[in-house]
Amino acid sequence: MVLVVLENQRGKIHPFSLEAVAAGQKFANELNCDLTILCIGEKVDELKSQAQNFKASKLILAKNDLIDMYSADGYSKVLSDVISELSPKYVLVGHSYMVRDFLPRVSAKLSIPFVSDIISVDFNSGNPHFSKQVFNAKLATSIEISSDQALLSFQSAAFSSDDIEEGAPGSVEEFNVQLSDSDIKSNSEPEFQESSSGVDLTAAELILSVGRGIESEDNLPTMQSLADAMGAEVASSRPVVDMGWLPPYRQVGSSGQVVSPKLYFSCGVSGAIQHVVGMKGSKNILAINKDEDAPIFEIADYAVIGDVLEIVPKLTEEINNSK
Amino acid sequence: MKIAVLTKAIPSYESSIRVDSSGSWIDESIVNYVVNESDSYALEEALQIKESLGEGSEVVVVTLGSEANTSKVIKDGLAKGADRGIFIKNESSTTDPLTVAKIFADNLKSENFDLILSGLQSDDMGSGQTGVLIGELLEMSTATLAIETQVEGDKIKVKRELESGWFQWVTLPFPASISIQSGINEPRYPSLKGIMGAKRKELNTLESSSESQKQSFVNLYVPKNEKVTEKIEGDADTIVAKLMDILKNKLKVI
Repeated sequence: MVLVVLENQRGKIHPFSLEAVAAGQKFANELNCDLTILCIGEKVDELKSQAQNFKASKLILAKNDLIDMYSADGYSKVLSDVISELSPKYVLVGHSYMVRDFLPRVSAKLSIPFVSDIISVDFNSGNPHFSKQVFNAKLATSIEISSDQALLSFQSAAFSSDDIEEGAPGSVEEFNVQLSDSDIKSNSEPEFQESSSGVDLTAAELILSVGRGIESEDNLPTMQSLADAMGAEVASSRPVVDMGWLPPYRQVGSSGQVVSPKLYFSCGVSGAIQHVVGMKGSKNILAINKDEDAPIFEIADYAVIGDVLEIVPKLTEEINNSK
Repeated sequence: MKIAVLTKAIPSYESSIRVDSSGSWIDESIVNYVVNESDSYALEEALQIKESLGEGSEVVVVTLGSEANTSKVIKDGLAKGADRGIFIKNESSTTDPLTVAKIFADNLKSENFDLILSGLQSDDMGSGQTGVLIGELLEMSTATLAIETQVEGDKIKVKRELESGWFQWVTLPFPASISIQSGINEPRYPSLKGIMGAKRKELNTLESSSESQKQSFVNLYVPKNEKVTEKIEGDADTIVAKLMDILKNKLKVI
């Protein structure tokens, strides 16, 4: 049996969890086994109302007041208990920040390997191998498991929620959650959002993104001039924000915004996984980088191998002259 | 307070990464090893916590790996202000996060650290599990992606980064294992005095226990380009002329 665990993102099933459902149905088909979907914690009924439209053998609800608010302590305990009772071969989840926070605890509690951030699966006639990116996405690896069970998290877009087979679960059951106050050592407060500047990168048609390849904060005005000439919004990768060159609301990637503009024009961005998950859905990707091996070129439509600081001012001038 | 900082030596961004003849590891001889980026933020956070608490606290920098790759990492930590170092020698390239965590936990158990800080993930394997796994194995409370910490008596308050601009405060009792998001602080540079003093600091070398891996690399490969990529090369003027054509005529965005 394969078990898919759903995450509640402010009242809705997390988009990564939907992709995990698609993965779960695919696993069940390929391995010819049952699919169980688990709704856990925060407002289980919100999850249930959406999950009962998915084709599955069983839907399980794990409800308890002590996990009304997410905590790594509570979620890892409950999921470990569910796994111990049901013995799924694979537990499938989206590679979300919540999963990264609690699933390693389950792995350590039960001594079950956790393969995280998987980009594709080779079912390999019943003995699946899992691919993931390593060495800053410069290489990929195929991983094999030597254990009866495994926990698997999928990078966004490894599976598509468009492929979910609609239907209904064969049965809906409640799981008998055993939790006491002493199990929850930490105290979580409600989630909050910090004020942003009103820049909505997700709505931008053209994005000019800068990475650490622009070398210095002093080169930002040069990049801004090109953005102005094109009518593009400026975005950035994480290191640029960490160094304080641009504010966090300009960041694209797993911890920033997920964008899909008509053109994503990236300047000196290496293309680390955390950045790429935020922009790989762009309709066109044009990348300038002087490193021919930069991973950004793997997903680029146009790969410019050159010095961004030399090219950008000339391009800006040309664009302005052509107006 | 006794604080451990887990640091890892990883290939620098500029290093060229090539698969070796075994097909399942990289050619380390052409790689320059540096401190994993988010680990340097974890070290800075540990040093700041120690400084805020005053006398009686200790920061221990811990690393695991081969001697050749990791020596710089420990030296760097000691030079920046860590009080001592623990080097867990492991000459094989262990990639299973749970195996790595068990080796750390076995070697660190007797130290009874109040706080273990680690970077959110290593930029080579990118599993992002080690700190949390160790926390569970050593029965500590855990939190990840911390972008602010505040020690409050026998507890630590952590601001966690969630997705798309959301945050959450979590308060954990000690002992705690917390993974640190990059950007939480401004990592210091080692001073000349620090560099000189590092040589006299205590460094314990421990052998790693042999644990079998439950997940392992079948092979390593250069990812296939999923897209048809048009390469644009030449001198700057040639490139600019080609870009003008693409932006104007193909993409019609200017």
